[in-house]
Amino acid sequence: MNKVIYSILGPLAAIIIALFIGAIIISLIGKDPVEVYGVLFYGTLGNSYGIGQVLFKATPLIFTGLSVAFAFKAGLFNIGAEGQMIIGGFAAAWTGFTFVTLPWIILIPLTIIAAFVGGALWGFIAGYLKAKYGSHEVINTIMLNFIAAALASYLVNEIYGIPATIHTPEVSGSSFLLRFDAITGLFPGSPFNTSFLAAILCTIIFYFIINRTPFGYQIRTLGLNKNAAEYARMKIKKLVVLSMLISGGIAGIGSINFIFGYKHYYELGFSEGAGYIGIAVALIARNNPFAIIITAFFFGILEYGGLTINTMVPKELVTILQALLIILVITFVRIIDVLKIKFLKSA
Amino acid sequence: MLAVEMIAITKTFAEKVIANNSISLSVKKGEVHAIVGENGAGKSTLMNILYGMYPPDKGKIQINGNEEIINSPARAIQLKIGMVHQHFMLVPPLTVLENIILGSEPEKNLLLDFKKAKERVSQITSSFKIDVNLETKIENLPVGLQQRVEILKLLYRNAEILILDEPTAVLTPQETNELFNTIDFLKSEGKTIILITHKLNEVKAISDTITVLRHGKVVGVTGTENATIESIARLMVGEDKIYEEKKANIREKKLILEVKNVTVLNENSVEAVKDVSFEINSGEILGIAGVEGNGQHELVEAISSIRKPAKGKITLNNAELKEEHNIAHIPADRHRNGIVMDFSVAENLILGREKENLFKKDITIDESKVKTFAEKLVHEYDIRPVDIDIKIKSLSGGNQQKAVVAREITKNSDLIIASHPTRGLDIKAASFVHNALIKESDKGKAVLLVSSDLAELLKLSDRIAVIYNGQINVIFDADKTNEYELGLYMTGSKVKNE
Repeated sequence: MNKVIYSILGPLAAIIIALFIGAIIISLIGKDPVEVYGVLFYGTLGNSYGIGQVLFKATPLIFTGLSVAFAFKAGLFNIGAEGQMIIGGFAAAWTGFTFVTLPWIILIPLTIIAAFVGGALWGFIAGYLKAKYGSHEVINTIMLNFIAAALASYLVNEIYGIPATIHTPEVSGSSFLLRFDAITGLFPGSPFNTSFLAAILCTIIFYFIINRTPFGYQIRTLGLNKNAAEYARMKIKKLVVLSMLISGGIAGIGSINFIFGYKHYYELGFSEGAGYIGIAVALIARNNPFAIIITAFFFGILEYGGLTINTMVPKELVTILQALLIILVITFVRIIDVLKIKFLKSA
Repeated sequence: MLAVEMIAITKTFAEKVIANNSISLSVKKGEVHAIVGENGAGKSTLMNILYGMYPPDKGKIQINGNEEIINSPARAIQLKIGMVHQHFMLVPPLTVLENIILGSEPEKNLLLDFKKAKERVSQITSSFKIDVNLETKIENLPVGLQQRVEILKLLYRNAEILILDEPTAVLTPQETNELFNTIDFLKSEGKTIILITHKLNEVKAISDTITVLRHGKVVGVTGTENATIESIARLMVGEDKIYEEKKANIREKKLILEVKNVTVLNENSVEAVKDVSFEINSGEILGIAGVEGNGQHELVEAISSIRKPAKGKITLNNAELKEEHNIAHIPADRHRNGIVMDFSVAENLILGREKENLFKKDITIDESKVKTFAEKLVHEYDIRPVDIDIKIKSLSGGNQQKAVVAREITKNSDLIIASHPTRGLDIKAASFVHNALIKESDKGKAVLLVSSDLAELLKLSDRIAVIYNGQINVIFDADKTNEYELGLYMTGSKVKNE
C-alpha cells in the first residue's frame, strides 16, 4: 500500500508544481489561469467526447511506451520507436490499400502483422548492429529515425501518394478499426477506436512474456546484470537482437490507431512524436506495463488538452507545459525515491 | 589514553534488523585492536558509524577524549580517522601518486603541484618504510601493493586511527607478513590500528586487544595474550559447534575433466593461460593456487565454456566441451557474475537454470514449482532470512554465497568449478560451503577449486596445482606440501619442482 502511495506522490507533486508555474506564465501573458485551466479540464475530462479524445491520443503512446520499456528491460535504450512506428505504419497501410479484396477477418490481422514486421525490421537493424559490432543503439536508433522519416516521405511523395496531398490512398474498408461510438455509442464523435483493445492486449502479452517465460527471465537478467547473464550462459547477442526486434514491432503496431482507426490512410507526420513521448511514458511508468497505460492516459490529457485551449493561449504555452511536466515528473519521482529511502532508513 | 571510545552504540536498519545493539568499544592510543565476529555480527556497521558513513540511532563517540559527531567520512578524516575498505577504492588507470593525492591535491596557481605532492608522498613512504613505485599505474600492481597504496592514502591525510577491513582476505602468506610488518611499524610510530577480521591466527599474531561481536552485541573483550584461538572462536560462534565434513575415499575413479595443452587469451588478446594441462577424476578435488591475475580467471572461464580457448582441448566425460554443458560454476565475484541483486532469492536460485524442465509448464516458468524448489534449497542450505521473495541484495554476503552454492551444486553436473568460494565469508558460512563441496565430491563429482586462501586449498584439495604467469608448472599432493612452499611457487620465487 505504502508503495502505491509513494509511486503516486511524485507525479502528483510534479503536476501541481507544473500547473503552478504554468499559471504564472498564463498570468504573465495577460490571461486568467483559472479560466484557461477550467477549459482544459472540462475539455479533456469533463465530457465523454473529451475523454474519448484523450484515450485516442493515449493509444499510440501505450504502444510506444511498451516498446521503449521492452528494450529497457533488456538494458537497451530504444530511442527509435518513432522511426519504427513510421516504417510499421507504412507497411501496414501498404498492406491495407494493396490487398483490398481480402475480408476483414484476414486483412485486419494481416495489417497488424505488417505493422509489427515493419517496426521489427527497423528495431532489428539497430539490435543487430549492437550485437554484432557493439555500435551503440542510441545513436543507431536516432539515425534510423531520420532514415525512416525520409524513406516514408519518398514513398509517399514519389510513389504511392495521392498527388497534391501528403497521404496515400485510402486503405480497404475491411481493414478499418471501428470507432467505439459506432459500436457502443460511447464517446460520441471522438475517434477513439478498437486499436485501444489491441494496446491493452499488447500490455498483457508484454507482462506475460517478461514475467512468466524463460525468455522474459533472460531479458530481465540481461537488463539487470549482463555479467551474470553471461555466466549463466545466456545467448546475449541473440537476446539483444530479439528484444530490439520485439521493441520495434510493438512501436510499429502503435501506428494502427491513426491509420486504421482514424484517417484510414498513411499520412506523413502522422506519428506526431509519439515515439519520443513513449520514452517519457516508459520512464515515468518505470517500465511497468500497467503503469504505462495510466501514464499514457495522462499524456493523452496533455496532448488533447493543448488543443482545447489553443484558441485562448498560444500553442507554445501548451508545449512548455508539457515539457515542464515531463521534467518535473521525472525529477520528482527521483526525489520521492530518495525521501522514501531516507524515511525507511530512519523508521 | 583512549583514541576511540564508542559508548552504547545502537543501530537498527529498516528491516528491523538490529545491527548494533548497545555496543561499546574502547581502543587505546597506539594499539592494534582487533574486532572479530561472524558476518552479520555488526563489525562493518560499527566501523561505518565510526567512519561517518551513517549515524547511530543511539550512543556517543569520543575521539581522544572529546565527544564528536561524525556525520561524514570527510569529518572522520578531519578527526584523523581513515579506513581501508575490503574492496579497494582506487582508480586503476591512474598512478600510485595520483591515487594517493586524489581528493586533496596540492595546488599551485590553479594547477596540480605534482612536485610538492611527490615530495610529501616520498617523505611518507620513507618514514613509514612502505616501498612502492609512485609512477606505476594501479592496474599494474599486485593486490598486496594496492593495499599499501590505500594505507598511504590514509597516512597522506595524516590519519592517526587506521581502520582496516578484512585486510588479508586477498593476500598471499608472504604479502600478509609484509602487511603485518607495516602494521607493527605504524604502531611503533604511535598510530592506532583497528583491524576487522575473522582470521583468528592473524588476530593472535598481530593484535594487542580483541573485541568479539556476536549478533550485534559485544560478547567479550580481552587482551590478546590472555586468549587462545579456541577461546575466541567459541565466543564468536557461540555454543553452536562447527561441523567439519571429512573427505571419504572414492574407490572407483573415472576421468571427468581433461584439460590438454590449453591456451586462453584475455580481453586484450594476450595469452593469459599458456599450454596448461591437467585432469580431474570423479570424487577428486583439484585445487588451483595462485596470486590473483595469473590466469585463473581465464582458465575458469574456458572450462565453464564462457570463453573459447585459443589452443588445446577440454573434454568433459570424454566428450568435447560444448556451450550446452551446464557446468556447476560458483564464480569468483558473486555480485558481478553470480547473482542479480534486484532479483528475489527465488529468481536467483534459478539463474542459468530457467529453461530446465524442472520449472517448466508449457511455455512458462511455473512459479509454484520454482517456489517449492527455492523453499527446499533455502532450508537445506540454511539461507537466511527464510524468505524466498525478498531481493537477494538484502541478504548478507554469506547468505548470498550460500544461494549461489545451492543453485550450482544442485545442477546435474559431474564437474563443479568453485572459484574463491569462501571469499569474504565468516567461519560458519565458509565451513558450510566447504562441507557442501566435500559432500559433492564424496558423491563422485569432480571439483575444481580455485582459491588464494591456502589454508582452504590444503584442507579441501586432494591435489594442488600452482598457477603462475598463466602456467602450471607443478602439481602437489595436498598432504605433501605446505602454505610456505605453495607461496614460493605462487609468487614465482620457485618455478620448477626440483
